[in-house]
Amino acid sequence: MHSSSAFSESPAVRWTLIAIAIGFLALFLVLPLIAVFAEALRRGIGMFLEAFAEPDTQAAIRLTLLVSAIAVPLNLVFGLAAAWAIAKFEFPGKSLLITLIDLPFSVSPVVSGLVYVLLFGAKGVLGPTLDDWDFKIIFAVPGIVLATIFVTFPFIARELIPLMQEQGTAEEEAALTLGASGFRTFLTVTLPNVRWALLYGVLLCNARAMGEFGAVSVVSGHIRGLTNTMPLHVEILYNEYNFVAAFAVASLLAALAFVTLGAKSFLEWRHGDALAATRRH
Amino acid sequence: MSVAVARGWTPTLRKPSALPGFGLTFGFAVTYLSLIVLIPLAVLVWRASGIGLEGIWHVATTPRVLAALQVSFFTSAAAALINAVFGVIVAWVLVRYDFPGKRLIDAAVDLPFALPTAVAGIALAALYATNGWIGSLFAPWGIKIAFTPYGILIALVFIGLPFVVRTVQPVLEDFDREVEEASATLGATRAQTIFRVILPALSPAILTGVAMAFARAVGEYGSVIFIAGNMPFVSEIAPLLIVTRLEEFDYSGAAAIATIMLAISFVALLVINGVQAYSRRRFGDA
Amino acid sequence: MAMHSPPPDGIDRRPPGGVAIAITAEGLAKSFGTASAVVGIDLKVHPGELLALLGPSGSGKTTFLRLVAGLETPTAGRILFDNEDATRLTVGERRVGFVFQHYALFRHLNVAENIAYGLRARPRRLRPPDAEIRRRVADLLDLVQLSGLGKRYPTQLSGGQRQRVALARALAVEPRVLLLDEPFGALDAKVRRDLRRWLREVHDRTGHTTLFVTHDQEEALELADRVAIFNRGRIEQVGSADEILDRPATPFVASFVGEAVCLSVEGTGDTIRIGSHEVPSQGQKIVGPAELYVRPRDLVLADGAAGGIAARVVAVRRTGPARRAELTFADALPPVEIELPLGHPVAKGNVVPVRFTTLRVFPSGQDGGVT
Repeated sequence: MHSSSAFSESPAVRWTLIAIAIGFLALFLVLPLIAVFAEALRRGIGMFLEAFAEPDTQAAIRLTLLVSAIAVPLNLVFGLAAAWAIAKFEFPGKSLLITLIDLPFSVSPVVSGLVYVLLFGAKGVLGPTLDDWDFKIIFAVPGIVLATIFVTFPFIARELIPLMQEQGTAEEEAALTLGASGFRTFLTVTLPNVRWALLYGVLLCNARAMGEFGAVSVVSGHIRGLTNTMPLHVEILYNEYNFVAAFAVASLLAALAFVTLGAKSFLEWRHGDALAATRRH
Repeated sequence: MSVAVARGWTPTLRKPSALPGFGLTFGFAVTYLSLIVLIPLAVLVWRASGIGLEGIWHVATTPRVLAALQVSFFTSAAAALINAVFGVIVAWVLVRYDFPGKRLIDAAVDLPFALPTAVAGIALAALYATNGWIGSLFAPWGIKIAFTPYGILIALVFIGLPFVVRTVQPVLEDFDREVEEASATLGATRAQTIFRVILPALSPAILTGVAMAFARAVGEYGSVIFIAGNMPFVSEIAPLLIVTRLEEFDYSGAAAIATIMLAISFVALLVINGVQAYSRRRFGDA
Repeated sequence: MAMHSPPPDGIDRRPPGGVAIAITAEGLAKSFGTASAVVGIDLKVHPGELLALLGPSGSGKTTFLRLVAGLETPTAGRILFDNEDATRLTVGERRVGFVFQHYALFRHLNVAENIAYGLRARPRRLRPPDAEIRRRVADLLDLVQLSGLGKRYPTQLSGGQRQRVALARALAVEPRVLLLDEPFGALDAKVRRDLRRWLREVHDRTGHTTLFVTHDQEEALELADRVAIFNRGRIEQVGSADEILDRPATPFVASFVGEAVCLSVEGTGDTIRIGSHEVPSQGQKIVGPAELYVRPRDLVLADGAAGGIAARVVAVRRTGPARRAELTFADALPPVEIELPLGHPVAKGNVVPVRFTTLRVFPSGQDGGVT
């Protein structure tokens, strides 16, 4: 509202700080992003497009889409269920439950993959049993899906829980007194109230699901054309010194990040009030 | 903790509510949580307990593991401190000043959350290699960044930045301007107001952000391995060593290192919760 | 419009040592972008005076206070502290004690550290020694009746206690004037009344020239030596409680202070015509349409005596210790209120003769009215 020299810094200090901030962000955030596209297009647009003609690349894209198409909806259902139970009811151990939901955020991606190897791997707890049934989880698609679900587990729930807690139960109770069924109340009252936060959570969840590297790397086995997701394919191409193809696939992932950030900023700008009040990642 | 409330003949753990669906949603959430997160993590702990504390200690103190843990720990700590300084400056600039392109800059802060780590890894490696845009500036001075611990530091600064900015930003936004004015009316200079009033009030948020950035950095894998060079004893990080052990089918070794890392993140989590509990007690629920 | 009268009780409150100074505003104006918050204010505050700035929200009273403090920079005009031009001084150089509505205490510092903050912020050569600071903090804690709570943190105090800490903190830097922005605005009614009395005592002991902003009429009229009535960025009137209540200078003051009902009337020079009735104009020569502001105490029953005009009783209510009747003079006019003794036998539908003790009447078209 007002700005007077007593409460704000001199223009020199102000512009120095702005310059430091922009310089730092340009160096650490913007430049790498530019580098991805520059490296991808280094040999011209033809070479860039050729990378996507590769059957292995196409298989990686398909696998990535498949994995997130399984992981995101499952975590969405979980997020809604957990948020409903936590936000609309009082029960002992609630804060413990919230902490446990956040747990995957504080676990290294590599460890997230490792736990499934210990469970389902050849020398894992259930390894021999799975072997008998001739069912592969590790070094196969199910393991990749599981690891992806693990690392993207909290995204949707933690967007919904604080928002639904803030909204309380009054509207749902009103709907029930008006004769709506429980499920109808959920569909017509609760869901519309959280739709933007839900979309926001899905966006972040999807970005991480498609981009996850460490956890998936541990369980995938890196079988070209079969168990390589896009990030893993980037690694393989890079390690084969096929830089143009590596950066071409990477640029597709970077574009996904762009879209995610754009949609996220739009949601925050347009529906900021409808998103959770406590915004912490 | 609320007390169990008896409802009719059925004792129930939750307080009565008119809303339906608790059993279904709670049951599903807990089952799913157990299957995906808790049981697998329990297997890790069980596996580690199989070799015992002594075994874990033995693994941790083998020179290569010790070196990897040290590299992970120190580069993560250094990156978190760098982010503390620059993250606070970025948050400050975004909250307090108006300048062209501010919205774009604000959105860009989240890039490390959205950009797949492998993409960040190869991009940073390309930039900081001796023939890269930035690396070539340092090469003539004999300074190598990529494929040394400095490269690890760069990657960890990249992935940790948003944690500090995004925890400090909302606290700074909510900061009461009257408090700054009060300081000014009491004769404090602008610098005194910043260093004696604003920064102390922000310190719980800064500490939380730093702890979160540190915890993330210790476990980071994708963005680091491309730029690190991965030389044992020099630039090999602990998560990479887990992968190496797994490739050698040394499950126990991998589990032991993972357990140590879990312990580190657990301590970081405790610090975060402690700081938040302290600041809630001291500063009210802001 | 500003009035330059001495303090109404004739006592010069300037304490020994010359702490209290006069504050003068000359043509003070402030606009935010295109919106004018303060339009051009002339005001002289006497040394040692306790002056209330009263007005509806958005009337410019807080902006004026912040201009005096140096928290805002005026777009025009000057501020004098005694004879010194303070307009160009920064907020730190003005040495004002400012108390904020929401306390603005430093939450990471305890009570004693809060109070000592201003002293510790001084450059080393002006900073009192530690022992001196501690002694002064103890004295101030005593003054605000919070001895023994120095180690507490602001969140461990009640609202009233916090505001007392805020006042002690403001007094610690030996300010030349004390400025309070709605100091009791965030407190509940009981605490407000206690603190009000206590603030008056503190003021009388320290003798600072004090300005305080409030939107609570009762608070302003009870606590202050004089009250300045703000409206739309201007001061409508400055005066003692008696002057404001009995001799409002503008229609706005008449309608804003007290509970007045406004009647459209007609001036004939010697009389005021209310509906079909006429009353003596009490020396106010007004010709043409006019507005009459009527408060409950302005009317008395004129039992048979001369000058009474007939009014119909519309309703009778019991309010606290008194009884009030609503009366109309004509069907087209809104009802006015009159205070009656408890035992008075008046009932709804009666016609009673009444007489005006005070006649607050202003020609129509004068700027005013509650906004």
